[in-house]
Amino acid sequence: MHAITMKKGSIHADKIFKYVAIAAATYVLAIIIMIVFNLTTGSVQVWQQEGISFLTGSDWNSVEGRESYGAAPYIMGTLVNAGIAMLIAVPLSFGIAMFLSELSPRLLRTPLAMVIELLAAVPSVVYGLWGLLVFRTYVRDWIEVPLHNIFGDNSIIFSGTPFGLDILTASIVLAIMIIPTVASVSKEIMIAVPNSQREAAYMLGATKWEAFRLAVLPYSKSGLIGATILGLGRAVGETMAVTMLIGNTTGAAAFPSSLFQPGQTLASIMANEFAEASQGGLHLAALIGIGLILFIMAFVINVIAHLLVAKVVKSHEGAVLA
Amino acid sequence: MITPEQRAEFRTHFRYNVKRRIIFDKIIKGGVFACVVIAIVPLVAILVNVFTNGSSALSWEFLTQIPGAVGSDDPGGIGPAIQGTLVLIGLSSLIGVPVGVMGGIFLSEYGNNRYGRMIRFFNDVLAEFPTIVIGVFTFVLIVLTIGNFSVWAGSFALSIIMLPIIMRTTEESLKLVPVTYREAGYALGIRRYRVVFTIVLNSAKNGLVTGILLSVARIAGETAPLVFTILGSSQFLDGLDGPADALPLRIWRLSSLPYDSAVTQGWGAAFVLIILVLSINIGVRYMLLSKKEKTRIKFRKLGAMS
Repeated sequence: MHAITMKKGSIHADKIFKYVAIAAATYVLAIIIMIVFNLTTGSVQVWQQEGISFLTGSDWNSVEGRESYGAAPYIMGTLVNAGIAMLIAVPLSFGIAMFLSELSPRLLRTPLAMVIELLAAVPSVVYGLWGLLVFRTYVRDWIEVPLHNIFGDNSIIFSGTPFGLDILTASIVLAIMIIPTVASVSKEIMIAVPNSQREAAYMLGATKWEAFRLAVLPYSKSGLIGATILGLGRAVGETMAVTMLIGNTTGAAAFPSSLFQPGQTLASIMANEFAEASQGGLHLAALIGIGLILFIMAFVINVIAHLLVAKVVKSHEGAVLA
Repeated sequence: MITPEQRAEFRTHFRYNVKRRIIFDKIIKGGVFACVVIAIVPLVAILVNVFTNGSSALSWEFLTQIPGAVGSDDPGGIGPAIQGTLVLIGLSSLIGVPVGVMGGIFLSEYGNNRYGRMIRFFNDVLAEFPTIVIGVFTFVLIVLTIGNFSVWAGSFALSIIMLPIIMRTTEESLKLVPVTYREAGYALGIRRYRVVFTIVLNSAKNGLVTGILLSVARIAGETAPLVFTILGSSQFLDGLDGPADALPLRIWRLSSLPYDSAVTQGWGAAFVLIILVLSINIGVRYMLLSKKEKTRIKFRKLGAMS
């Protein structure tokens, strides 16, 4: 008879395994805390010198001796740029999601959903390249010039000579980029609505649209808001495509007023000016400070979005991956 | 009693009412369909443009040589960029995959408590962070501390981007493994860590590989964090603690040059990058199709040929 022997170490091995797993999970928290800490220490110089006017000021002067930094135009630029992109992207995305979840013939549903997910995988820099080399001229000739001719310089938002490298082009390309994200999350949320809800509406004689409005929409409202905010988070943090298309101005000129005017966002000024900033200088601290502002914006947006989305769909990993 | 006149009146009311509703329904349907078309057109246009413009730039020299001097007749190639991207993918996976898989194991095996929920939540939030913030963070943490741009810094930044994706997919796929599998393992007296490593991970293999590949596809196209960490270079790698080049970074640099050759090369580099990213994505999705669907596709192809 063999006695069942157990290796002494194996009891500890289980514990070690558990602690390693906990440590790996804690790594995520540690990274987030370290991001806050490092961005704060890296930018402390600029906060000390500028104080609150770093948030409210609009000067941007990196000439030594006259250095002065204010991030207000870029905060505004980010919000305006993302806002316009959302105005374009959200209705289109909800349309796509509605088509995929309610109307699409079964044969079309999977391929179309797949194409949309693949498009979310196209790297940002490729969207930027395409926008810069191809799409820009279309926007200029087909959208901006007609608008400019109709409304002219009298209206503020359509004033300025259409050039193609401006807030409007950047926003449209940004919208194209976030449509796949918002559409696929919204689709998941609409599909998560139980069919019995729709059937109840159809039973009362509802048309497709009425069933959608009466049964699907109320059920998925908070999730759809979450999907929108998730898209906003993407739009706010998007860097490369915007940097390549927005035209890049600095200082007070970057305050967005006309759609046909070059602008600047928090992310794009970091990408643009980083190479010029010398290590240890105030310029670099200012750019890191802008990183901190962007971090806080994105963090708040994403926390709200996830709280809303998680309420509706328990797992939406497909969307996160896309 | 309802008179025939009343009945006729009701009928016209009803028809009018239904007709309006049906027309409105059709308008909405048309609008929704238009949304799909409007959204698909630019997206398809991007792919078509990249493929047509990019394929003409391709040649063996383009893929293997170093970039020529700016503005010179010899445009050179994108060899260092391809090398850099591959090295970066390898090194970031080296950091991101073990940590991500272990984190996923924690979430699925030990994560059914408050701490687990908190980690899951922050993991989701981290997955959506602006990648440029991660780049700046890595710059402050590593580049400023060490004093030079390096492949390591770039890999660290990219591994942070991979981590949440891998953690999430690992958790999801481990949760799909039936509890009975685990119980069968425990019944044989196998220790928990062995059960997880040999039984659970093995059953969840497909999901795991999917997550890892998708995260690789994601980081292959990341530009913003690399600007702050590997800086860019026009030479092949000279050790891992120096600056390097990567495909997305090269595309960005090329796009800002005013020469025709740079534009062609930009398209070419974008083509290579798209092929890399999309082939991973399509491959993974094909892998995930059930066996039945695969045979159906095969049969369809056979049918098309005959």
